[in-house]
Amino acid sequence: MRALRILAILFGVLVAVLVVYAIAWHFLKPGMLPQTESKPGALPPANPTTRVIARGEYLARAGDCVACHTEPAGKMFAGGRPMPTPFGNLYAPNITPDDETGIGNWTPDEFYRMLHTGISRSGALLYPAMPFASYTRVTREDSDAIFAYLMSVPPVKQPNRPHELRFPFNQRELLVGWRTLYFKEGEYVPDPNQSAEWNRGAYLVQGLGHCSMCHTAINALGGSSTSKEFEGGMIPNQNWYAPSLTSNREAGLGEWSLEDIADMLQVGASRRGAVYGPMAEVTYNSLQYLSDADARAMAVYLKALPPHDSSTPVPSSARLVQPEVMESGRRIYEKQCALCHGSEGKGHAPAFPPLADNQSITMSSPVNSIRMVLNGGYAPGTAKNKRPYGMPPFAHLLNDEEVAAVVTYIRVAWNNTGTPVSAAQANELRKVLPE
Amino acid sequence: MSRLPSHARRPGAPRAASLGLCALFLLAPARAAGPADAVPSFKALDSVEARVQGCVTCHGQAGQGTDNDYFPRIAGKPAGYLYNQLIAFRDGTRRYPPMNYLVAYLPDAYLREMAQYFASQRPPFAPKEAKPADAKVLARGQQLVTQGDPARQVPACAACHGAALTGMDPGIPGLVGLRPSYIEAQLTRWRVGERHAAEPDCMRRIASRLSETDVSAVAAYMSRQEPPADPSPESSNLVRMPLACGSQR
Repeated sequence: MRALRILAILFGVLVAVLVVYAIAWHFLKPGMLPQTESKPGALPPANPTTRVIARGEYLARAGDCVACHTEPAGKMFAGGRPMPTPFGNLYAPNITPDDETGIGNWTPDEFYRMLHTGISRSGALLYPAMPFASYTRVTREDSDAIFAYLMSVPPVKQPNRPHELRFPFNQRELLVGWRTLYFKEGEYVPDPNQSAEWNRGAYLVQGLGHCSMCHTAINALGGSSTSKEFEGGMIPNQNWYAPSLTSNREAGLGEWSLEDIADMLQVGASRRGAVYGPMAEVTYNSLQYLSDADARAMAVYLKALPPHDSSTPVPSSARLVQPEVMESGRRIYEKQCALCHGSEGKGHAPAFPPLADNQSITMSSPVNSIRMVLNGGYAPGTAKNKRPYGMPPFAHLLNDEEVAAVVTYIRVAWNNTGTPVSAAQANELRKVLPE
Repeated sequence: MSRLPSHARRPGAPRAASLGLCALFLLAPARAAGPADAVPSFKALDSVEARVQGCVTCHGQAGQGTDNDYFPRIAGKPAGYLYNQLIAFRDGTRRYPPMNYLVAYLPDAYLREMAQYFASQRPPFAPKEAKPADAKVLARGQQLVTQGDPARQVPACAACHGAALTGMDPGIPGLVGLRPSYIEAQLTRWRVGERHAAEPDCMRRIASRLSETDVSAVAAYMSRQEPPADPSPESSNLVRMPLACGSQR
């Protein structure tokens, strides 16, 4: 009781502080930046060299701007793509250089402030679906290059679609609270004790790559906790699990070769596994365009992430499987899966990934394995893997018990260390539309 | 190139078996393209055949379809048509979430290769699945398929989809071997504007002039037609088409 009361008091204090913040913000909120004439000698933003534009294009790819700011089959960067969130739909804005509906009238200063602080040109606070908590790491020079590139693409006249957020999330002032809790402004500061390659990788992963948007769990307030950075989590509204990048039990890369990590990111397929689900989109739209050196730098940084795992290991009793379930799973596996993945689960990588000793199969959340069995999936077609292999859907051939049995089988066979899954879990994911 | 285990190689055997089974199925209300064809199977790892395994549990090893009620036969349809559909699924202009998801991140050239692969397949047809209908309905279906309805400016299906309904290169699909449930569902989607093609969208214009009973009659009549000996599509614009179609350009 006493603890509860203290908690309640603390919570009250927190709410009060946030309200004060919100009120203060309301009165002190930033407006537009003062308009300045461009200084002579400074690079005129309207006429940057081709080199800067090309660099900006490369960096915009690394930041995967296109994924959110372009509708499928829509005009590039014209916005309008809905982003479902637990708080309602957001619509990414038009970032083409159209004067009226895009960012044609922005200055490099305003663009940098937006990227660096999450404050839009008008002074409005951006919703953190825009990954400014990551982009804040981007250097001014890179920001200017991205801006120069965006100014060079064809302008599209397409008004922004208003967000459809539920109350109270449609009150932008509340974002002050979110920012207080989850946003730390600041460009990337290189670590002098690490190699240039590691630092380049860290800059890309923490900054433009905005990996933590998915690979760090999102809490009920839509924030990600830095103490659990890269420890994985469910991606809200997509029903895919973004594995931990720090736990060797999930997608922790400590035991991977640099080549396999770089291949996974840039090619979309490696000897250890292929990308699928939302990560296939990231490789398709963004990572395939990275230089070999940058893909390798990201691999160096990711491999060196300190192993950290706050989840408790499962006791061996939790891995016990009923013999008849195991037998049913084995029979389904031999019939439907063994041709590609091999009787011993060794696969034919990189075409068909191994399932034995594959963290993606054995990690605590079985969501991704179940979804792959139900919906299948193709690795993305990339510059280095133009004709990827794919897995067919089995949702129409296997019932919930059979899906559970075969997923259970691959999670525990061949010394895999996963836990059994239930028909109810399969049923839950069957209701989710493939995406 | 990796060698696959011996059970991976089963060339021809199931097909011969299913041909033999066809005879049996004339008596039994089942289908030749049974579940056996829905199991992944290929001969060489570095082949198109191995790469299209993502398609086979629904469309069959050679695109002949499976015993699932809805998934269509895609074998032998013109490559241009199959390619247009794959692009439309990828870009979301044709909506069917399982397909939209599967091809979402595949490049044009690869989708074209897949389309060409299935366009070149000539697997046997599954036995007909006649949709119950009375003589009047069948007569209406036959009229629409073979003559059209000039009063309502509906050209005959056969005018574009070919005398034997095997389609026309490059963009008009064959309709033989499709289940009546699929024909009916797709025609309805065209009718209500959920399916589109490149402008000028001839199919949209035609479908919007059909009634619900017309759609049902067309499906019933088609479900009774014998597949031709050669299911290849007709060559492009051999006969003058009654309407301009964007997908034929």
